[in-house]
Amino acid sequence: MCQRLLCCRIARDEQHGFVVSRPAQYHGKLIAVEGLDGSGKSTQIYLVKRWLELSGARVFFTEWNSSSVVKPSTSKGKSGRLLTPTTFSLIHATDFADRYERQIFPLLRAGYIVLADRYIFTAFTRDVVRGVDRSWVEQLYSFAVQPDVTLFFRAPLEVSLNRILDGRPELKYHEAGMDMGWSSDPYESFRIFQGRILEQYELLAPRYDFTIVDATREIHDQQAEVRRIIRRSLRLSDFIKKKPRS
Amino acid sequence: MRAPTHKPNLTGRAIKTFGHPLVELGTSRLMGRLFVIEGADGSGRSTNLKDLSGWIESNGYAVRHMGLRRSPLLAQDIEHAKQSRLLTRTTMSLLYATDFFDQLVHEIIPALRAGYIVLADRYIYTLMARDIVRRADPEWTRNLYSSALVPDAVFYLQVDPQELVLRNFEKNATLDYWESFLAYQELLQREFARFQKRYGFQIVDANRDITKVQRELRSRLAVMLGISKK
Repeated sequence: MCQRLLCCRIARDEQHGFVVSRPAQYHGKLIAVEGLDGSGKSTQIYLVKRWLELSGARVFFTEWNSSSVVKPSTSKGKSGRLLTPTTFSLIHATDFADRYERQIFPLLRAGYIVLADRYIFTAFTRDVVRGVDRSWVEQLYSFAVQPDVTLFFRAPLEVSLNRILDGRPELKYHEAGMDMGWSSDPYESFRIFQGRILEQYELLAPRYDFTIVDATREIHDQQAEVRRIIRRSLRLSDFIKKKPRS
Repeated sequence: MRAPTHKPNLTGRAIKTFGHPLVELGTSRLMGRLFVIEGADGSGRSTNLKDLSGWIESNGYAVRHMGLRRSPLLAQDIEHAKQSRLLTRTTMSLLYATDFFDQLVHEIIPALRAGYIVLADRYIYTLMARDIVRRADPEWTRNLYSSALVPDAVFYLQVDPQELVLRNFEKNATLDYWESFLAYQELLQREFARFQKRYGFQIVDANRDITKVQRELRSRLAVMLGISKK
């Protein structure tokens, strides 16, 4: 068992640098969703959560960038535009580590189905696009287990962009990649940024065994497929909470 | 990476990190110098740094200081988290690392570009030693700091653990957890002993009187900065 959370074994992969081996000694299942903003992944994982909850399963949902511990620093850094690629990367790793060590991993050990709306791959894509060294960031997250299932919601760039940009939302500075100085127009910057992130996802997909979901289909059809995939990877009855004996 | 000796003006030089590249560095040359003082609490770090700083300035070099937990971005969070003991090990490591890199990219690198002498009150070595003592995977920790800048010199103020205990008594009159203090210091020193070789620390015997320690530090720095002894 991985007693010390920092010590998960790291296997060296000739071609790709460091890859974390998957310690199999937990009873839970980790399901992660990844994809561009506007790919519809949050909607899909929400529907999965409702489905599992209503089935009476032990389920826990966690979202990228949501730990309360570093929230003040993250907000300060983002609003003051103080974050550089390296500190941006580290502050998100800190947020992730907090959620991982206090929630994700203990709950996996306790036998929960853990649903993660974005996981370490979000950091890999964004940080590499910002110019951070790929093997450095991969090793940074090497304490984390690989998901049992990583669903990658793939849609053509224009589809994701239109879903986000059609409402002409106010794009946040870092969200639009404005810190990179690609364009002074937030919308143009966002397009460039998202395009590069998509390229990174495509690189990661075969390496980390992503299960690809066609994100252009109807929400309902995607959800049916997602549930099929999840059913194949776990036996739902193993996760159903037992009713206390009366 | 050694500074040219006996030369009145500092020359620029290429930038070197411990391993992985640091994206914020770019390609410009660094005109300044980065000197690090490492040592336990009670080893005389801050007094020596203060004295060194005045001496360097008197020789006409501009000085900047850096230390741990000084970045405006995170200092508050770290303090709060320490007080409330909320954080797990990895999170604490990463919070300190974020703080370190924030200072590195926003303060140290610009100062070095501009030709300052940067004096660091501890550096990645203390952070790494603490992490490892708290049972982080050494390889993970080294990777974390592998994109930090290699200093021009690291002076390690070495003090025997027993002597450290006495000094801390003098300062605070009390010492919580005698046993754990000693045990912790010994573990840290063991890590530092490993680092000495790996990173080429210059060992300074700091069991001695502070004036002697200061004299030794100045004479070593004088060589590196090309300051002639008067």
